[in-house]
Amino acid sequence: MLSYLIKRLLATIPVLIGISLLLFFMLRMLPGDPAQVLAGQMATPEEIENIRHQLGLDRPIYEQYVAYLSRLARFDLGRSARTQNPVTQEIWARLPNTLLLAVVAITLACLFGIPAGIISAVRPYSWIDYLVTVSALFGMSMPVFWLGLMLVVVFAVILKWLPAGGTGGWQNVILPSITLAAFVVAFIARMTRSTMIETLSQDFTTTARSKGLPERVVVIKHALKNAMIPIITVVGLQFGLLLGGAVLTETVFAWPGVGRLIVDSILARDYPVIQGAILIFGLLYIMVNLVVDLIYALVDPRIRYD
Amino acid sequence: MTDIAENSIAGAGRLTADSSLRRTWAKLKRNKAAIVGGILLLIYVLSALAAPLLFRGNPSAPNLINSLEPPSMKDPLGTDELGRSILGRIIYGSRISLVIAVGVVFVGMICGIPLGLISGYYGGKIDFLIQRTTDTMLAFPGFLLALALVAVLGVGVKNTVISIGISMIPMYIRLVRGCVLAIREEVYVEAARAVGTRDATILLRHILPNVMVPITVQTSLSMGTAILFAAGLGFLGIGVQPPTPEWGTMLGSARSYLFHAPHVATFPGIAIFLAVLSFNLLGDGLRDALDPRFKL
Repeated sequence: MLSYLIKRLLATIPVLIGISLLLFFMLRMLPGDPAQVLAGQMATPEEIENIRHQLGLDRPIYEQYVAYLSRLARFDLGRSARTQNPVTQEIWARLPNTLLLAVVAITLACLFGIPAGIISAVRPYSWIDYLVTVSALFGMSMPVFWLGLMLVVVFAVILKWLPAGGTGGWQNVILPSITLAAFVVAFIARMTRSTMIETLSQDFTTTARSKGLPERVVVIKHALKNAMIPIITVVGLQFGLLLGGAVLTETVFAWPGVGRLIVDSILARDYPVIQGAILIFGLLYIMVNLVVDLIYALVDPRIRYD
Repeated sequence: MTDIAENSIAGAGRLTADSSLRRTWAKLKRNKAAIVGGILLLIYVLSALAAPLLFRGNPSAPNLINSLEPPSMKDPLGTDELGRSILGRIIYGSRISLVIAVGVVFVGMICGIPLGLISGYYGGKIDFLIQRTTDTMLAFPGFLLALALVAVLGVGVKNTVISIGISMIPMYIRLVRGCVLAIREEVYVEAARAVGTRDATILLRHILPNVMVPITVQTSLSMGTAILFAAGLGFLGIGVQPPTPEWGTMLGSARSYLFHAPHVATFPGIAIFLAVLSFNLLGDGLRDALDPRFKL
């Protein structure tokens, strides 16, 4: 297991280097002089020169990249152009809020998506299967931000049961996490259904049935266990969708997370924060996929011996 | 010799393509969900093409006296904060969304397909380089990558198309490469290689047509995703800019009037939902019709 873990960790290095290159060149791709963009339209030539020197833009490109990597290694993501606070401070203050939403949403999505997919697969082409399939398709086609707005209209404006946005108590988490989970639950239900239908038609499930095992045991212990790998993969991949969705959901519900920070920073052209926040989201996504790979090895021992 | 061999391979390919097209159409016609998707898409395309006939006047011209009017006979879907007809803006918005959807898949395909073909066919160092770049791009969730690119390129229809299009490239590369890896070992590819056919001809005439099934399905689904992404960027205020009637931008402005006039936010959302649903239904139907074993 340890060698498998090391192998997987090593495999992330090229991707990490790729991400650092992509983010490094992001600032250099800006039309015009990055120092001018960061300094603003009203800046004097001295101020621009000062920023250029501070950012090391007057040094050769490879030196700039090495300096950038060394800063990254020390978690120094620079300072926000808007607030002058360290970017790490800006992100750490909001990251727990985003993670809270993401964890609640993915838990909700699994709690509803996996059972819905199983029920649908066990009774294919029944009314419940059609209901799950159609709901999943609707969920995948619905813009998350619109669903969020409609939930606000119904539960906050008309019924007045829940707050329309902001933070404070557990009530504030309900609408944003349902909004965020809606898209993901659809994918999980679809994947669970198709994988379970395939697994339930395989020889080992026929054998389990012919041994006289109850259908519940055949479905849960035999079929579901073997269908778990694709389901776990989808849950891991959906985490990426969730991070993208968080940007929109946090905007709808005025939720102070990293997603909202990215949007505010884009509108204010605060590039150090945009770079830093996107880097953190990229790292989170890689880490989740790494954890998914480790869960594979736990669920299916054959993987770790490959 | 080479010409005869190539012509016979290509001729056989055409015959197979004709009959498989007929088979696919027959299967697609039997799929009710795909037909619903097709009809929705047709309505959507027709309303985009006939927008000036369906709604007379300028959908972006403000009329403040009529602001935030609820649905009525005069304005079936009501008016927005500037008194503009929501129906008119939705009809004209279908043009923008369609242009974005087509533009995005064009950017994704024009860059992704050649890179996927080269990566899968040649393998080796070039494959390694393309795949590591793809890994890096895939390390960012699609919408975030589009968001980062918009931050660099700026707002507007063109930059929205480029940003979302670039975020689609890695998916096309992976899809095409995966198919090419299987196809390049087929006997007809080996036969073409044996008669001395150039690599470019093999890739374009023998491999590419056989990759078209997954590409077609993916393109239909990607168009839906493109509309969702573009609407998301518009909603955040960093996509298509007002007063252009784009559905996401309309929802973004409607957010401020949610408590007083919820209809302003309701109808553009339904338009996005139905457009994306049409592409998803058609994509699913195409996948089942073209190859039931093929799953994305």
